[in-house]
Amino acid sequence: MYDSGKIIPGLIIFVLLVTIPIWYNHGAGTEPPKPVLPKDAKACVLPAAEIRATHMQLLNDWRDEVLRDGKRAPVLVDGKQYPKSLMLNCMKCHTSQKRFCDSCHTYASVRPYCWDCHLAPVEPVE
Amino acid sequence: MKYAFPLAAVIALVLCALILVQIPGMQYLFGVVIPYLAMALFLGGFCYRIIHWGKSPVPFKIPTTCGQGYSLPWIKHDKLEAPVNTAQVVARMFLEIVLFRSLWRNTKATVYAGPKLTYESSKWLWLFGIVFHYSFLVIIIRHMRLFLAPVPGVVSLVEIGDSLLQIGAPTMYITDVTIVLALLCLFGRRLVNPQVRYISLMNDYFPLFLILGVVLTGILMRFFLRTDMDINAIKQLAVGLVTFSPTIVAKINPLFYVHLFLVCVLLAYFPFSKLMHMGGVFLSPTRNLANDSRMKRHINPWNPEIKPHSYASYEDEFREDMVEQGIPVEKELPSQG
Repeated sequence: MYDSGKIIPGLIIFVLLVTIPIWYNHGAGTEPPKPVLPKDAKACVLPAAEIRATHMQLLNDWRDEVLRDGKRAPVLVDGKQYPKSLMLNCMKCHTSQKRFCDSCHTYASVRPYCWDCHLAPVEPVE
Repeated sequence: MKYAFPLAAVIALVLCALILVQIPGMQYLFGVVIPYLAMALFLGGFCYRIIHWGKSPVPFKIPTTCGQGYSLPWIKHDKLEAPVNTAQVVARMFLEIVLFRSLWRNTKATVYAGPKLTYESSKWLWLFGIVFHYSFLVIIIRHMRLFLAPVPGVVSLVEIGDSLLQIGAPTMYITDVTIVLALLCLFGRRLVNPQVRYISLMNDYFPLFLILGVVLTGILMRFFLRTDMDINAIKQLAVGLVTFSPTIVAKINPLFYVHLFLVCVLLAYFPFSKLMHMGGVFLSPTRNLANDSRMKRHINPWNPEIKPHSYASYEDEFREDMVEQGIPVEKELPSQG
């Protein structure tokens, strides 16, 4: 082999770069998140699977409707009225930002910009 | 129809994954077995190709120079286009790898009535190419958030930069838009330009369609078909794969497996294709050799070993025969007795 003094180190650097995830996680990684669900409330504005998949789109639509179009009428689900609001609706049942929102978002490195404007609710005492 | 078959092949791959993964138990095949096989093929094949190239001798010093070579002191030397030492070669290679500098020389030849032939600079290939490659790089760095736990700051930073426009939710990524545009332009270039269309082969179109398939399934997963797209289950699978303890904890939308399968096909196909220019760009002798053939002798590695044979030793070897044949010699045979 020619120029092995340059090619082999280059190849080793390449393999190390590709395998970053293997040696970065030290063969373990971290525990998957377990978001704390509200104990008393049973129903959400959408079924669980749907709200899990589309809550960010729903919140974004609500934000646009309320703040940009002035449509503040509450949504009606199963005969119950819910205000289109993160703070006055979602966070009423899911009281903890840290133990509900952030548990998944931190794990998956999702950074919603909700808290750029909203003040996070006071964390409930254990 | 050189592009019809590759397109059909990519569609077949998508359908294959989409249908097979619905069968119970096949999730493990598509989520665990195939990714490992593909990664092994990628790394093994990549190293094999590089070492194979490393074993090929370079008989001549063949840098492509496109500027004034090193000459007399008052003639200005073009250090990047005709490098004479390692530092200049490194600078040239760096700009080639990071900025695709040689593509700035791409020209378009047109024949007008007359006939008159004109050449004009055509930087489209450079533009589409660099947009594509950097978008892909950012996308790969972004995806590390699914493989690394905890997520390192640099990955988050790239992600914040990429979603800086804060359009919609989940936030739109700038690179998602640019990579689709770049891929379509790279494909369009092969269709529109007659010369390029003529020389385009199936193995030029296939990676374009394959990467477009990867990108489109990714975009669909993130923004449109979010049902059962459980990001935490996906991350647990991804982290499991890189820590060699893969688990599929929840039902994941088949589209995810299609995305993963196309990536696996790309990885497995990589070492056997033109995509190897990723490693090959470092090893191209027309770029990585110095233009110093008049300063240093380049010895062809496969030259046979020929020992010098001076006339004196030649005559020593054949003197008796030469004298016998009456050929004049410089040194007579030693007198007998």
